Amino acid sequence: MSNSRLEPLIFEISRPGRQGVRMPAPDVPTTEIPATLRRDNLDFPEVAEIDVVRHFVRLSQLNHGIDIGFYPLGSCTMKYNPKVNEAVARLPGYAAVHPLQGEGTTQGALALMYMLQTWLGEVAGFEHVSIQPAAGAHGEFAGILMIRKYHLDRGDEKRTKILVPDSAHGTNPATTSMAGLEVIELPSDEKGDVDLDALRKACEEHKDTIAGMMITVPSTLGVFEEHILEIVEAVHNVGGLMYMDGANLNAVMGVIKPAELGFDVMHYNLHKTFSTPHGGGGPGSGPVLCNEKLAPFLPGPIVAIVEEAVDEDDAPLYGWEMPEKSIGRLKAFHGNFGMHVRAYAYIATYGTDLAEVTRYAVLNANYVRVKLKDHYHAPFDRMCGHEFVLEGHWPEKAPGIHALDISKRLMDYGIHPPTNYFPLIVPEALLIEPTETESKETLDEFVEIMLKIAEEAQTNPDLLHDAPHTTPVRRVDEVKAAKELVLCCRPILPE
Amino acid sequence: MSYIPHTDADREAMLKAIGVDSIEALFDAVPETHRFPKLDLPTPRSELEVSTELEALSMFNISAKEYAVFLGAGAYNHFSPAAVNQLLLRSEFYTAYTPYQPEVSQGTLQAIFEFQTMISRLVGMEAANASHYDGATALAEAVTMAGAIQRGRNKVVLSPGIHPQYREVVRTYHQNRPIKFSGDRGGKATLLDLIDMIDDNTMMVVVQYPNFFGQIEDLTEIAKAAQSHKALLCVVTDPVACAILKPPGAFGADIVVGEGQSLGIPMSFGGPYLGFFATLEKHVRKIAGRVIGETLDIDGKRAYTMTLRPREQDIRREKATSNICTNQGLMSLAACMHMSFLGKQGMQRVAELCWHKSHYAADEIDKLEGYSVDKGQPFIKEFVVTCPKPVAETNEHLLHHYGIIGGYDLSQDYPDRQNQMLLCVTEMNTREEIDMLVEALRTVNEEKHIHVELKA
Repeated sequence: MSNSRLEPLIFEISRPGRQGVRMPAPDVPTTEIPATLRRDNLDFPEVAEIDVVRHFVRLSQLNHGIDIGFYPLGSCTMKYNPKVNEAVARLPGYAAVHPLQGEGTTQGALALMYMLQTWLGEVAGFEHVSIQPAAGAHGEFAGILMIRKYHLDRGDEKRTKILVPDSAHGTNPATTSMAGLEVIELPSDEKGDVDLDALRKACEEHKDTIAGMMITVPSTLGVFEEHILEIVEAVHNVGGLMYMDGANLNAVMGVIKPAELGFDVMHYNLHKTFSTPHGGGGPGSGPVLCNEKLAPFLPGPIVAIVEEAVDEDDAPLYGWEMPEKSIGRLKAFHGNFGMHVRAYAYIATYGTDLAEVTRYAVLNANYVRVKLKDHYHAPFDRMCGHEFVLEGHWPEKAPGIHALDISKRLMDYGIHPPTNYFPLIVPEALLIEPTETESKETLDEFVEIMLKIAEEAQTNPDLLHDAPHTTPVRRVDEVKAAKELVLCCRPILPE
Repeated sequence: MSYIPHTDADREAMLKAIGVDSIEALFDAVPETHRFPKLDLPTPRSELEVSTELEALSMFNISAKEYAVFLGAGAYNHFSPAAVNQLLLRSEFYTAYTPYQPEVSQGTLQAIFEFQTMISRLVGMEAANASHYDGATALAEAVTMAGAIQRGRNKVVLSPGIHPQYREVVRTYHQNRPIKFSGDRGGKATLLDLIDMIDDNTMMVVVQYPNFFGQIEDLTEIAKAAQSHKALLCVVTDPVACAILKPPGAFGADIVVGEGQSLGIPMSFGGPYLGFFATLEKHVRKIAGRVIGETLDIDGKRAYTMTLRPREQDIRREKATSNICTNQGLMSLAACMHMSFLGKQGMQRVAELCWHKSHYAADEIDKLEGYSVDKGQPFIKEFVVTCPKPVAETNEHLLHHYGIIGGYDLSQDYPDRQNQMLLCVTEMNTREEIDMLVEALRTVNEEKHIHVELKA
């Protein structure tokens, strides 16, 4: 292997005429494929099976995953992904079922989806659920379209504005725009909560045009809004609806039911709270849940009981229903069903113990927080939810050191960095989320490494500036990547 | 508490360090009146119990492992080498997050770069992104991109030959935007009719190739018409067919999208699937979602990283090209592996098998009394059969008497296509299965006769 690259591209190990996995010869009489329809050439890899296997095994070895080591990536809930979930999702009775098969042949899948809807609804206190959205942002999009359609349905066409705190995930404002609505950004106060005065002022100023508000609970700073009930009330009072971004549900599952706080609609991330794997960037699943008011507008179709069971030994008949005034279909077929199976297995495992997940997630986060807060600046020194934010710099003690340097140095110790530079309102943010599946020993080791890095920042700052030292590649030139765009492998010329 | 490792001693030590005496005390900021509600959920169970239950439940579904499947319509029963699933279970891949930290994500990044390259080559375009939720949402995002490129225009011409659910999703996405969709209402417009609808207000024309009915239409004229009005051409395509057919890019497409489920991803009752999105270099700065680019690290070693980041929601917020964050990363990896294992020959062979087998089935069915196959256009993998009986009734017969999952009932979406079935034949369907399907279709009529005679 050359020094200038880690692993060749699959195209670089291709040799003309070499065969990969062999496909069978036709067992039917063949029909001529007209030359006019055919393409000229297909420049595709020609690689032997063993070499493809080695290629991808080697690529896998260049990754960090939860199964290799600690992954305290804030707002991403990188908890352990149970292996049984992978196994059940691959059962042929789930994996080899066509989405357009008749209801008579898919009662198992429909029953599973129905139960999942019911359980997810119970956790949030909402009765109405659509599990069609494919990711968190997709669920947000559903929720905001529903809010807009609810107002339109009442003949209230002026409501086009959505309040979004400045600490929000980028998906919130992006969703608002995508839904054709306008963002009003709200500042945070010095404690990290929504600035209540600013909110009340905005509500007064835009009272006839506010469609609703999107808010993450706990906020992306990892803190519970102390005035959540007042916020809900203020927005409801001017006719707006409340959307809860469930990205941080791992801090409140079983602790509060969002519906009871007055929220009208919310989404979950099954790939965060409910342990389905992140897969290097997906697939996720973003169920959307709502109250009676918004139920007619849910995306669909949705699994429903179309015929009740006659007695205890009988099963009901499940089928599809389109909500009366649905915003429509958000995706072909029925959502990321494979993720539904995994989330079902997860909830079935915990059952009534589900709140334990949250309790230990919050315990772990607070434990690490108190251990680090005297060594790193903690902008909000208060009890946190499932995650907390630190500032990754010491302007006086270690000038020139940034959150990025700390992040990269953590890699040398085999730990995935926290989320950095988010939330945007905290300078040099390091957002740390340990999750409940990490043991005290793992957390202690992390704390020890973080303290060591804090010391290195003063005694040997170059160690941080030049980090990482031990990863497959070192800091990459992102400016070059954007300037001299290479998005595809260039054709390989014969040697 | 299956996945929580704490001992009682750990918990006590941690609470002590925090300075509280119970876990409950950590939740003081949560409104007290609403704290710790009762959860009406089942009792906790072990892995053994849960997996047994899920296995039992799965038996209530009929699967392609036991039944012959001739149903397609956007989701397909294709072969995938055993190696794909095995490699996909490498947890370095599936337990990783989005590759925001390139130094510890080169595996994911390089694989997606390879995926982008393969998709671009397959559909004949210059660049592709890392994925969308599925083919339908990829198309919806293509409309958004067209709007950004073609400011001042507000009309999109949609072919009725696009998957009906894709057209629904496009309308859902853009319901609050001033975009006029035309062309597909009524479900009868031909490419020639669509050409007449293109005008100087048209931002984009969308066609499917092969279309929803499996037909391969010549896109030369519609591409010319789009170009003469400076409208973009978007093609929804099937990656399997593209291995042997003239690719959409060769007709002058500006955007090519589609469903990549056929590339090594199980049918899984509709998801997770893989939306792919390819375009020309001149448009990449307007693309939605993640894009991986090649660069160097500080030692001059080749490396990959997420690029063109300032289009994305986490940086650009309300001005982002889309709100998409999590995509279908692992599915693009699966597709990349699948295409690598099959390689050039395998990909072409699969497409040829789909061609030959679907033609064999079509010819045999066409010979049956009462059935006729639409052979007006060349087709691949899927074709339309007019049946003597309603499709639902025919499918019942196939399922109950022959263990066959029959085709898609086109009358659901196209009212004038009563009794028309969209059949799908892939490399998975053996000649024996196809012959059985033909026999099953034949006996629908026979039984009718018997039935009628008995009644008489």
